[in-house]
Amino acid sequence: MELILLLFIFVLSGFLGFELIAKVPSQLHTPLMSGSNAISGITVVGAILAVNTSSDTLSVWLGFAAIVLATVNVVGGYMVTDRMLGMFKKKGN
Amino acid sequence: METLVNLSYIAAAILFVFGIKMLGHADTARKGNQISSIGMAIAIIVTLLSQGLDYKLVFGGIAAGSVIGFIAAKRVQMTGMPELVALFNGFGGLASLLVGWAEYQRTSHTKLAGIDIAKVETFTAGVIVLAILIGGITFTGSLYAWGKLSGKLSGRALTFGGQKTVNALLALGIIAAGAIFTLAPTAELAYPTLAVVIVLALLLGIFAVMPIGGGDMPVVISLLNSCSGLAACAAGFVIANNVLIVAGCLVGASGLILTIIMCKAMNRTLVNVLFSSFGATTPATGNASTGEMKPLSVEDAYYILEAARNVIVIPGYGMAVAQAQHAVKELGEVLEANDCEVRFAIHPVAGRMPGHMNVLLAEADVPYEQLVEMDDVNPTIEMVDVAIVIGANDVVNPAAVDDPASPIYGMPIINAHKAKTTFCLKRGKGAGFSGLENALFTAPNSRMIYGDAKATVTGLVAQFKRS
Repeated sequence: MELILLLFIFVLSGFLGFELIAKVPSQLHTPLMSGSNAISGITVVGAILAVNTSSDTLSVWLGFAAIVLATVNVVGGYMVTDRMLGMFKKKGN
Repeated sequence: METLVNLSYIAAAILFVFGIKMLGHADTARKGNQISSIGMAIAIIVTLLSQGLDYKLVFGGIAAGSVIGFIAAKRVQMTGMPELVALFNGFGGLASLLVGWAEYQRTSHTKLAGIDIAKVETFTAGVIVLAILIGGITFTGSLYAWGKLSGKLSGRALTFGGQKTVNALLALGIIAAGAIFTLAPTAELAYPTLAVVIVLALLLGIFAVMPIGGGDMPVVISLLNSCSGLAACAAGFVIANNVLIVAGCLVGASGLILTIIMCKAMNRTLVNVLFSSFGATTPATGNASTGEMKPLSVEDAYYILEAARNVIVIPGYGMAVAQAQHAVKELGEVLEANDCEVRFAIHPVAGRMPGHMNVLLAEADVPYEQLVEMDDVNPTIEMVDVAIVIGANDVVNPAAVDDPASPIYGMPIINAHKAKTTFCLKRGKGAGFSGLENALFTAPNSRMIYGDAKATVTGLVAQFKRS
């Protein structure tokens, strides 16, 4: 049953994602890409859960490496997007 | 506790949805990005409340990643943006691969009082393969794209005999190894087959991006972005975590839409972009161009611009290479001071990533209102006195409109050839990324200004200032 629920969520969020970005002006293409790229760093949640004291050594270190990589993705992605949008913001005033 | 964590994940998911939605509108974009980052912070913080975490490693990892990400985001030049996005993408993909692997390692090595009680569900094994496959392709594909974009590897489409066969064999190998692993995830053979999947997925990422040329990079980058989301989504299935599935899937879907927008801007299908090795060979052109390229000196160009009342600038990747965006902005200013209307016409696939030209011009402080999209400028282009093409080529190639034999026939272009006069700033006489002749350069109303774009534009500005 749980599996079905997960698939249900998957399908619905897929449709939602398509609906959200119907028409984006081209000046926002890069920020949209790097901003959503930062969201894909959500895998950091899975990485944190892997670094559990009850796990064996290899999986802990795999999880650790994943934490570092995903955090770079998250922090760098959000910051660089903000920097870019900050440059756009100055215009027109 | 479990309930609190799950409720927080729902809150995070809602913030992601609003964040992406707001990122799509100019006036709310920055706020949208901040909202989605709050969602991310919530998701991470509640995850830290889980039982039994090795906090030294967790916080060590987060700290290390934050520092690296912070420095990279602060130091990057806007011209280096495509590379950085590609690199971040690759990191996300690799992280998802590792999460899948770590979960397999954990479940297959679970011991209770020294007795092996390893149990891996078939479904879990299947999604582990998917997370590793998509994550692996995203990782090496993005790294290869990063190499191409930063000039460390050749930007040209690289092909060799039997390339498609190699790719097909890699794909078949992954399917076979993945199936063996999925059917018997705790058998003795399981680990070796999983290793085979990892290695083949990494190789496939390289071989898939290799034959794609520089001008098609906007499509590749946005597709890899979509893949990094799907990899996170697959990792979410591995550990049965809702927030990974929702967030990953949102990114996957929005990335795919961006990919489709890019393909449409080139009038090509995704399959064609990925597999046709566009630009690897120089195709025979249907219409051999007639006429010669007519060079023009910077000084003569100044006299024409001085009299112009309506100018559009059409930037391309060459402007990014020459780092000419600040000089171009200055040119816009002196032209305006000279009572001339200046606009920047931006083609959706100009540059190496979606929106590349917009980012560069925004960095140079070009006013927002001066940036116009292709569809808004084409109807009135006959009124334009001078169209200045800076380092753009295929996106202004009239063959796309009038030469059915041309490989880019049907691609929407900015009709620079219809302006009263066209200046083409170009380093030399070479062809563009697609290797095509460009009839614009030999058109009767076109003048070539050879040399480094930045030097040329700076020269023009100096002429204006002197008078």
